[in-house]
Amino acid sequence: MPVRVGVVVFPGSNCDRDTVRALDLVGAEPVVLWHEQASLDSVAAVVLPGGFAYGDYVRAGVIARFSPVMRSVAEFAGRGGLVLGICNGFQVLAESGLVPGALLRNASLRFVGHEVAIAPVRSDTAFTRGLEIGRGLRMPVAHGEGRFYADAVTLDALERDGQVLFRYVDPAGMPADPDHLANPNGSLRAIAGVMNAAGNVAGLMPHPERAAEVILGSDEGFGIIRSLVESAAQAVGQGPAVIGTGAR
Amino acid sequence: MSIIELEVEPLHRRLGVTDDELEAIRARLDGRDPNDLELAMFSVMWSEHCSYKSSKPLLRTLPIAGEGVVAGPGENAGVISIGDGLAVAFKIESHNHPSAVEPYQGAATGVGGILRDIFTMGARPIAVLDALRFGDPVDPRTRHLVDGVVRGVGGYGNCVGVPTVGGELVFDPSYGGNPLVNVMAIGLLEERRLTLAAAPGPGNLVVLFGSTTGRDGIGGASVLASATFSDDDPSKRPSVQVGDPFAEKLLIEASLELIDRGLVEGLQDLGAGGITCATSETADRAGTGILVDLDAIPRREPGLAPFEVMISESQERMCAAVLPENWEAVREVCDRWGLPVAIIGRVTDDGDIAIVQAGQEIARIPARALTSDAIVHDRVAAPPTHRRDAPAPGAPSEISDRLPERGTDPGAVLLALLGSANLSSRHSVFRQYDSTVGANTVAGPGRGAAVLRVDGTTKALVATTDGNQSVGRLDPWLGAALSVAEATRNVSITGARPLGVTNCLNYGDPTRPEAFWQLSEGVRGLADACLALGLPVTGGNVSLYNESASGAIAPTPEIGVVGLLDDIATLVGPAFVMVDDAILLIGAAGPGLVGSEYAGLAGEATEDAPPALDLAREAAIQRFVREAISRGLVASAQDISGGGFGVAIAECAMWSGLGASVRLAIGHSPAVDLFGESPSRLVLTCRPRYAAALELLARQHGLPAETIGSVGGDRLRIELTLAGATGAAEERGGWVADALEVPVRDLSHVWEHGLARALGWEG
Repeated sequence: MPVRVGVVVFPGSNCDRDTVRALDLVGAEPVVLWHEQASLDSVAAVVLPGGFAYGDYVRAGVIARFSPVMRSVAEFAGRGGLVLGICNGFQVLAESGLVPGALLRNASLRFVGHEVAIAPVRSDTAFTRGLEIGRGLRMPVAHGEGRFYADAVTLDALERDGQVLFRYVDPAGMPADPDHLANPNGSLRAIAGVMNAAGNVAGLMPHPERAAEVILGSDEGFGIIRSLVESAAQAVGQGPAVIGTGAR
Repeated sequence: MSIIELEVEPLHRRLGVTDDELEAIRARLDGRDPNDLELAMFSVMWSEHCSYKSSKPLLRTLPIAGEGVVAGPGENAGVISIGDGLAVAFKIESHNHPSAVEPYQGAATGVGGILRDIFTMGARPIAVLDALRFGDPVDPRTRHLVDGVVRGVGGYGNCVGVPTVGGELVFDPSYGGNPLVNVMAIGLLEERRLTLAAAPGPGNLVVLFGSTTGRDGIGGASVLASATFSDDDPSKRPSVQVGDPFAEKLLIEASLELIDRGLVEGLQDLGAGGITCATSETADRAGTGILVDLDAIPRREPGLAPFEVMISESQERMCAAVLPENWEAVREVCDRWGLPVAIIGRVTDDGDIAIVQAGQEIARIPARALTSDAIVHDRVAAPPTHRRDAPAPGAPSEISDRLPERGTDPGAVLLALLGSANLSSRHSVFRQYDSTVGANTVAGPGRGAAVLRVDGTTKALVATTDGNQSVGRLDPWLGAALSVAEATRNVSITGARPLGVTNCLNYGDPTRPEAFWQLSEGVRGLADACLALGLPVTGGNVSLYNESASGAIAPTPEIGVVGLLDDIATLVGPAFVMVDDAILLIGAAGPGLVGSEYAGLAGEATEDAPPALDLAREAAIQRFVREAISRGLVASAQDISGGGFGVAIAECAMWSGLGASVRLAIGHSPAVDLFGESPSRLVLTCRPRYAAALELLARQHGLPAETIGSVGGDRLRIELTLAGATGAAEERGGWVADALEVPVRDLSHVWEHGLARALGWEG
């Protein structure tokens, strides 16, 4: 039986269908979780997709944390449930305090929409299993507020405690400085994705779900989705046997 | 009470209704005078924007029949079947005047408006393309407009979650006072979900949902889009609509759900003309009438006069005809999406739009008088007495045709073209858009036509926009025909079959005979080209009065084309693919540099002319390239357009990172063969063993074809030879420049930085 993975849909979510499709490709059973519902329908993991949750006119993700579904997601996370936030989903998690750091307006003060490369920092987390440390994975970014920020003490702690999951890397594979084009938003220490201390909640700005098929220019995001689903399957005791082998 | 009191001019004139038109209005009201509310409704519906009163006679000459056409002109968007029970809906529309006044909101609501035209038909929007035209990039006002429009397009499109996959950004001095913002949207629908904008069934409820109605955009279409206006007129700012992309996102989801569940009998978005337009058009199409209860319309603010409610262009609203038994379900859907919804009237059988306030009827107009029976003007067309402008004082007087022969390094010319404002990479703009949301974008903006896979099938849709104003300025027939030729060619070179054409006709004041001649010639060129290529025109929009204090724009027919590729595995792109592939030149350069980017740099010779277009040749080259691709012979295919052969092959090289070495036979002059923009030419590559077969196939289609070199190395080398000559350069005579040789890296460098430099975005 395929593992059930919830995809939260806020009225302004616009990557929910893409996320559902990527989960389908991996062999999971995507379950849509409407923002007004409190029940998570017994899913094994939750994905918060990209978009503009409630319009995001104030600040990305700031209202979404008060929704019924997010109260349940926070409880779920508190019990150790796996949660992945992508783009706006990452912003919602950061606003909710479920992952460290803040996402500020891009350094350019402009929306950025193009392909970047991000390299996994670890390969032993629920979100990066099987990935090669330091190897750039190509996938798109598309956001206006994605500049990862935390004070220096917090940044040091995140690095020390292994909470940095992904870094933007330049063509040579080196972490991209905030003023380098390969760092699309000026993120401090080139951080593209982080997780909480417990290791069960993670967020990243780039879109692995849009890079899950060769026909779309890259399938290098597939491994992140697969890692989440494998971890979810393991968590509910289904084992990795249900996992699909890959995209077309 | 009058709409505006204490004015000397009669009300109808202040609303833009002429004395003759007032007479025509009386004739449609059985001889009585319209009251103020009725007059306001007529003024909006009889505006150029809503009524097409000047262009209608011309538009009737366009070919509209074609294979698979399910909905054509007159509907919100054209719809063409693509098999598997699916259909594609597409349309292009202008938002020029609002963008000139307030670039961010003008562009944003332009995107919102065209998206509504798509999902009103029951189609989920899957892509947007923006064709943007501005004045001199050095002008601070241009920079302000570019920045605002780009942010507006992105701010709206990125939020609603529809990818921006293509478009154009063109600079021409004629747009200095009047930028063009044309937006094309594409949607995908199950054919059985096709929903028309009609209000059938007397007794049905008329339901308004989406945003509330306010004072924004009062008479936007009639005030802004239907009259010439002066720069920066602040009095027109309240006429610009304000966009709310989050509301639009909700509207998309709610509308598609209502259609999917069969809860609406007809659906119409509210754009120009607001509630007046939506009710009269849907009633007229269904042969019914509508009784509107003014008090039931949800307002954004108190104190709105009836005429304000009836003509407000508040954005993000939809109007549906609903069976009474479906009302509760409709309300539930709207509630769930957080959208205000109200029953604002009933479908009647009397054919009238009647407005009731506090139980009293305050207006009654036959629906058809506002729409299909609106006034039509026979405008006077006259060609200009000077068909060819003399060069401006101080303009270069060299005979541009000869420049490289006079010692100019053609490599330097190529670099100058690649770095120019119009030919350099648009990525500094496109990267401000989300081009990949939806996870269907196979080829996004910046490198030829956009390609979107059709999820769940092997198919792909290929789309592009093209418009030619630089030739159209001199010969509006040719400018329009060239625009169609280039747009369809850009689709055909991917292997896709063009399905249909949508158009946005941007012209000047139709009451000026010369401007109306430009429009009528443009429509004739559009019709001729579409007939020659066997394509239907499925809809579009006409934007007139594109004039400002600095004069009229160059006539600009903006052409949008959607094509269908049956098997995405056969898709061919423009970039070189593999080292050692053979490079073929298909077609032959014709003389004429007027209107080319080269002439923009080098100046125009007074005796020169634009290049000619042979529509039969164009049809043949498109048939040829589609056949060659379907046979699997072609590795890459690039069309020759802006910047000529030199820029075309440079793009193939830059986009692949592979160099090339070719010999180009000079049939006319180095300038014409290297940089001329005569149409109906392609640069193809193929595995060397297929070159002979490709040449043969081209000749079978009656096309000149020659293998001119091969892919490889890290430099672009173009050796110029006399046609037929094979010897060393010295033997061919001194006038032939020896060769052009530039590292691909250098080409890329100038190309990538040109636009940002032109706009002052980087030093």
